[in-house]
Amino acid sequence: MNGIAFASQKSGQVSIEEESMSATTSERIKGIIASGDVVLFMKGVPAAPQCGFSAAVVQILSGLGVPYKSVDVLSDPLVREGIKEFSNWPTIPQLYVKGEFLGGSDIVREMFQAGELATLLSDKGIATAAA
Amino acid sequence: MAMAGSEIERMIKQAFPEAQVTVVDLAGDGDHYGARITSEAFIGKSRVQQHQMVYEALKGQMGGALHALALETIVPKS
Repeated sequence: MNGIAFASQKSGQVSIEEESMSATTSERIKGIIASGDVVLFMKGVPAAPQCGFSAAVVQILSGLGVPYKSVDVLSDPLVREGIKEFSNWPTIPQLYVKGEFLGGSDIVREMFQAGELATLLSDKGIATAAA
Repeated sequence: MAMAGSEIERMIKQAFPEAQVTVVDLAGDGDHYGARITSEAFIGKSRVQQHQMVYEALKGQMGGALHALALETIVPKS
């Protein structure tokens, strides 16, 4: 979460072309993350993932029967680059639960296989079909 | 642009000198790797933090030259 252009925000002249993520993009990302209990940043859409790692997370979430909001980063270059900086995580997909970054596909798969993902979701009060 | 598995291993070992590191070329194409790292440096860290430490060791190559690296970080059993 470094490099966010808060300093230049005061001047009201934040450019979206800045090299580091602009305050505007950062605010948009925060808004997206806050817009649902489970939010998945992915390549493509759940019905047609454009990457195997995104597909794997979609499959796990569908298997658990947990409702989630998906964001296709391929259709939004600013969010695609911004989310990497925001989470300090270099790859897509990225899964957020109740505003908290849970991990990428490796961590989500590990947690799912260990049964921890279903536990975490129910602990957070998110209903799953499997619970 | 791909990256050699030996280079990945070297960068990880540089950051985690005491770690056990195994790098596997998953698809045989020099572009999709898996790495298993066992290190005491992971003690007390969350999974996200552990993976972030490895990404840090790869100095920005991840997501760039290095397209796919399935990570498994392990805390050694004492």
